[in-house]
Amino acid sequence: MAVELDVFVGNTTIMDEEVYQLWLDGYTVNDAVKVRMEGGVMEECEASADVLLSDTMDQYRTFQMCERLLHSPSKLANQLLFQIPPNRQAMLIERYYAFDDAFVREVLGKKLSKGTKKDLDDIGAKTGVTLKSCRRQFDNFKRVFKVVEELKGPLVENIPPIMRLLLISGIMLPLFFFANHRFETGKRKLQYLTFQDFAFCAGQLISNWTVGAVDNMVEDMDVDLDKEFLQELKELKVLITDKDLLDQHKSLVCTALRGKTKAFNEMEANFKNLSRGLVNIAAKLTNTKDVRDFFIDLVEKFIEPCRSDRWTAADMRLYLTHYNNSAHILDTFKHQAVWDRYMVVIKSCIFKMYHD
Amino acid sequence: MPGKLKVKIVAGRHLPVMDRASDLTDAFVEVKFGNTTFKTDVFPKSLNPQWNSEWFKFEVDDEDLQDEPLQVTVLDHDTYSANDAIGKVYIDIDPLLCSEAASVISGWFPIYDTIHGIRGEINVLVKVELFNDLNRFRQSSCGVKFFCTTSIPRCYRAAMVHGFVEELVVNEDPEYQWIDRIRSPRASNEARQRLISLMSGELQRKIGLKVLEMGGNAVVGYLQCFDLEGESGLVVRAIGTACTLDKLSSGSAPNTNTHMHPNTAPASNACNSPSKDGKEPVFGEDLTSSSGPPTPFRALPTTSSSPPPFSPSKPCSRQSSSSDTDLSLTPKTGMGSGGSVGKEAGPLKTLLRQQTQTALEQREFPFFTLTSFPPGFLLHVGGVVSARSVKLLDRIHNPALGNTRSYKLLDWNSVTADEPETRDAWWEEIRQEIKSHAKALGCHGVVGYSESTSICEEVCILSASGTAAILNPRYMREGCLDIGITDHRFEEPSPPSCGFCHIPYDELNMPFPAQLTYCYHCRRQKVPDVLFTTINLPQEAAVTGKGCLIQARLCRLKKKAQGEVNATAISNLLPFMEYELHTQLMNKLKLRSMNALFGLHIQISVGENMLLGLASATGVYLTALPAPGGIQIAGKTPGDLSNEHHILTIQKRINDTIAKNKELYQINPPKLFALDPEVFCGINMELTEEVVGSPIPEPRQRSRLFRSHSESSDELSELDLSHGKKDAFVLEIDDTDAVEDIHSLLTDAPTPTGFYSCNTEIMPGIYSWTSGVQMFTSVRVFRLSNANLTNQGLNKIFTDLCENLLKSFYFKLRSMIPCCLCQLNFAVAVPEEELIQVAVTAVAMTFDKDQAQEKPADKSTTKGGSETEEQLQFPMELCADASSANTQPSSKISGVPESTNVSSRAASVDYGSFADRCSTWLELLRLKAHTIRRGSVKTSRRTQSLAHSVSSLEHCSPLPEGRSRSLRSNRSFRGSPVTVVKMTPLSFLPGTRIIKYLGIINMFFIRETTSLREEGGVSGFLHTFIAEVFAMVRAHVAALGGNAVVSYSMKECMLMENPNKNQAQCLINVSGDAVICVRETDQEPNPSMANIGQTCASGTDGAT
Repeated sequence: MAVELDVFVGNTTIMDEEVYQLWLDGYTVNDAVKVRMEGGVMEECEASADVLLSDTMDQYRTFQMCERLLHSPSKLANQLLFQIPPNRQAMLIERYYAFDDAFVREVLGKKLSKGTKKDLDDIGAKTGVTLKSCRRQFDNFKRVFKVVEELKGPLVENIPPIMRLLLISGIMLPLFFFANHRFETGKRKLQYLTFQDFAFCAGQLISNWTVGAVDNMVEDMDVDLDKEFLQELKELKVLITDKDLLDQHKSLVCTALRGKTKAFNEMEANFKNLSRGLVNIAAKLTNTKDVRDFFIDLVEKFIEPCRSDRWTAADMRLYLTHYNNSAHILDTFKHQAVWDRYMVVIKSCIFKMYHD
Repeated sequence: MPGKLKVKIVAGRHLPVMDRASDLTDAFVEVKFGNTTFKTDVFPKSLNPQWNSEWFKFEVDDEDLQDEPLQVTVLDHDTYSANDAIGKVYIDIDPLLCSEAASVISGWFPIYDTIHGIRGEINVLVKVELFNDLNRFRQSSCGVKFFCTTSIPRCYRAAMVHGFVEELVVNEDPEYQWIDRIRSPRASNEARQRLISLMSGELQRKIGLKVLEMGGNAVVGYLQCFDLEGESGLVVRAIGTACTLDKLSSGSAPNTNTHMHPNTAPASNACNSPSKDGKEPVFGEDLTSSSGPPTPFRALPTTSSSPPPFSPSKPCSRQSSSSDTDLSLTPKTGMGSGGSVGKEAGPLKTLLRQQTQTALEQREFPFFTLTSFPPGFLLHVGGVVSARSVKLLDRIHNPALGNTRSYKLLDWNSVTADEPETRDAWWEEIRQEIKSHAKALGCHGVVGYSESTSICEEVCILSASGTAAILNPRYMREGCLDIGITDHRFEEPSPPSCGFCHIPYDELNMPFPAQLTYCYHCRRQKVPDVLFTTINLPQEAAVTGKGCLIQARLCRLKKKAQGEVNATAISNLLPFMEYELHTQLMNKLKLRSMNALFGLHIQISVGENMLLGLASATGVYLTALPAPGGIQIAGKTPGDLSNEHHILTIQKRINDTIAKNKELYQINPPKLFALDPEVFCGINMELTEEVVGSPIPEPRQRSRLFRSHSESSDELSELDLSHGKKDAFVLEIDDTDAVEDIHSLLTDAPTPTGFYSCNTEIMPGIYSWTSGVQMFTSVRVFRLSNANLTNQGLNKIFTDLCENLLKSFYFKLRSMIPCCLCQLNFAVAVPEEELIQVAVTAVAMTFDKDQAQEKPADKSTTKGGSETEEQLQFPMELCADASSANTQPSSKISGVPESTNVSSRAASVDYGSFADRCSTWLELLRLKAHTIRRGSVKTSRRTQSLAHSVSSLEHCSPLPEGRSRSLRSNRSFRGSPVTVVKMTPLSFLPGTRIIKYLGIINMFFIRETTSLREEGGVSGFLHTFIAEVFAMVRAHVAALGGNAVVSYSMKECMLMENPNKNQAQCLINVSGDAVICVRETDQEPNPSMANIGQTCASGTDGAT
């Protein structure tokens, strides 16, 4: 005795967001039923396990039928098979193209090629994301990248609205940016950083150091860094090569900091080292290879020394603010604009990357 | 040459890849009508071809226009081999033939292939130019409108109801032709689809001709069915009600059905002819006294003595004597009514009755497929009449069977199965029987009439059922066109709220044993203790509390047999099944403390080794009928202590359940009328006590008491005291069967809080529908693994199957709470020996949780008193609002919930909160759009949006409240050119007004697969198919310019599977009326519901 067939079809397609998420996360029907039972839906409507199973199966079937449409989101809007209200459609797409941070963190900076796909198992094992979900996310990457790469002309203008939504959703753009510059993110020293940290930094870089950042009229979503700016960064070297300037800078900063922090002694002692580190990073950025090492450099040259001296995040803030501001008071230092453009990013990146 | 059909193929999209090499398709289109075919050019290498063809013109007879579908085939051009078909679209052009329906068909149609399903879409434009043809002998019936709706369609007025029309056509089933052995499954499926399309076109045309003959212009309640009789052929039959409909000007809306106050009605109706005005009162009067002996029904005319007295239908089986009995009864009834006339009212009544009868009796079958009527149409309801007949389908070229004795169920004499006459004769026979049953109930008409079949191998059960009734003759009379609203309707003797309950038959000559009492509402005429009907609850009926779905389910095993033996076995089983179903219904009704069933539908399906019976109905407590007695358990063997104890426990459980149900359904009849007649006339003291004890505000109550007292006082002498005693329904436990029965009685799970369910159009007791609508179809197939099943075991399985289905609906639709499942239509079948299939189509509708939120204070008082919420609140509200109380017509019976006043207030509250939600949603949308814009400009601001990206993702995701979708969100989302088409099995959409009927939708699809596993098994296969059928229905409606389908139903869902061969095939037939509806914007009362006012206010609430 068994239910041989069991379907439920609504004129408006019924989709439960919770079940959709379970499906996206790669749960099997039975696991999903378990999760739902623990979630307490049963009490909500006096349902039994059978009812839950039947409902879950129905929904899974619906999602599977929908998946084909989700692969080309524009189709979803004008297909006739499912009557789905527009806001539900948006939800379906957003969730379908959403990424697990843990997963993205692993993929970050890697070349999106066939090779990685074989590694999906490893990523899955490492991050706890189910293989099915990894596969979906990976395929989504490729799908979106394909669209983005095939587009000519101003990216933002030509990109299909749904893709645009994804780009803005904060995941695709950093990914694209990281893949483009092949930033090093996989080193052991960088492991402690989450995807959110990187995404934030990418945002900072994009909005301050790229060509479009200066000229608002440039509509091209060009993720290349502003070459001129990178050249100009070399001029900052004066801050460390000119001994007078360096001492002056140090004394200005120390005056401002004195008495305000417990870590003052360490700050004073380390000032020259730290300043040298930051300015050297700036000076090397014309080199593509060094751009790749941007994050590892930040960690090695600045964050690690500070951390070993047990600076608090507040110390860090205080120090960097005064470090930045004091440079303006140096009368012989002419490159204020470049300095600010550089430091804005450096400051916010370090703030983000400095975990207590 | 009376018609020119013009077709233009515009474009295609989402076509499948047909050429693997290029991943593209070279598509072209063939357009075929009749024997003429046109082709478009090939549009090479595209999945989104733009053909933009010229206008293809077909010059055809209008007869063909009615019969033939337009056939659009999309193909992939192949230079070297045969062109591959991608799929087809059949377009029924009938809607274009009627001036009042659609004028053009234009839109995207899914391209359908019977093997692959939907494969892309095609944009087609179709127009028809009709030339007038006044030929008297024409064979076409263009212009006759068809409606599936079983009531007078809104925006029309019934000028005249002509009566029953029926027709059937027969053909060979292509699936069983010899050629099927050599052609592909696709070709065979397409041949079948085309044939059925042709046959239904032909059928509609023929019915149309009959309607024209009768002088009508429309068919309402059109019900078309297919009988796939296998080798003996394919029958397409249809029944309907011919009417003359007048279109109401859009301004005046549907007055016809509007429920108006007696006082206001006359004023609004200035257009009555004076002559009528003079005449009406006379009729009114005589009706008063005469329409006396109407009754409900409870059991059927027990014409043939063999079945138990309760059997509501007469399983017609063999004895030809049965119909004789009926006939002999008829005269008696006639005399009986004559007698009552003499006693009660004199000659006027006779006159009326005669008139009515002649009007109806001229017709062969005074049947009406309608289930809802304009007020005043239905005078009295007798009860359910039904007839069944078991027939052997004679095989073609197989006359060997013909030598048995002349047995009524076998029509040996008729020649081949291909002759429609045979089938006609079968139905004719059944209809005659129904007619005679109705006569026995003292009724001259049958309403809510329907016919169905169940076929297994060569055995076929034909069933027909309806509700015997006495109708207002004015609707039938020629020349009397102005019956839409009659001013005098409400002055008729029997108040509309109870008149239909009064017995139509003669008290002294009751066709079946029933206990009559004086109407608890008007106290003037007799009513039965229980009333069963197949119609919807009349709007004007007075109801106490809410209704609920009541189902009786039954399985009976039978031996496998062949031919005549099998047929005999089945016809022997039928009466017992009917009896048991009836008993179950009765018990469940009492258990819910209700006294009437509406929308009763009994389905008996035959399988090879079992019979399935499913009776569904909506139970209600009619205020006019006496309160039902309880259920008493009695043991046959007294003395056995343990047994007695057992009985006591059961009795207690039953009593508890009854009490619980009373509370659940808010059944609390007004105290006065619930009193036993003895008490009523006996002790006045008690009355006063009652008043004091009653939580209803005193003054009002007193006046009410007083009035009704005086009203009924003159009749007190006539009260039949012997009926006063409420009888308890006694169930005897004498064997395990009975114990099982009682258990099954008690195991029906109650609906979860927030849910109601019914199988009628709307739920009695709920009036404040909001616009959330979700139509759904669900199918379950259960495989019985064990061959050694008992009847009991089977019953349990079947009951569980139905109950579980309901439970899963409640679960799935929990987001719509509070909501009501309406028009729950169960269809059972036994597709194979060990399979039980249940298919359900229904609609879930949201409603306002009425006054509860608005007046929490009231609620608490309610709890204090034992009165139900509703009952308490109405009077209180009225009192609080003095002016409204004053305007209450004095004749109003205050026991009837007077919802109009209250609901508008309640609604406003809900609306407010809704508006809030809505605006936040809109704001979010705007916000989102803003973010997007920002994204496109590369300023430092983008940093921000990036930084917030993650959180905004969460925020932006659509609100969980499914109901807070506004139409505007439609627009803000890029490119959703797909029109939203709502579907409902009801004749209306809450919160909207139908402004135009675009024509009937009647579609038949076959889907087959040879890769069942790959498509997700049978479930996956059927899921896809049903979704595809919905999509095609929606596309057709949208192409006609409509935005909704009303009266939608799935007539057939026949699934055949062979998992071993990885194959399955399914046939689905759906129908409905395509309409354009607009949101209610004015305060016009909605025809179906007294108080739609607030629904329109929450117009933005556009959950589809």
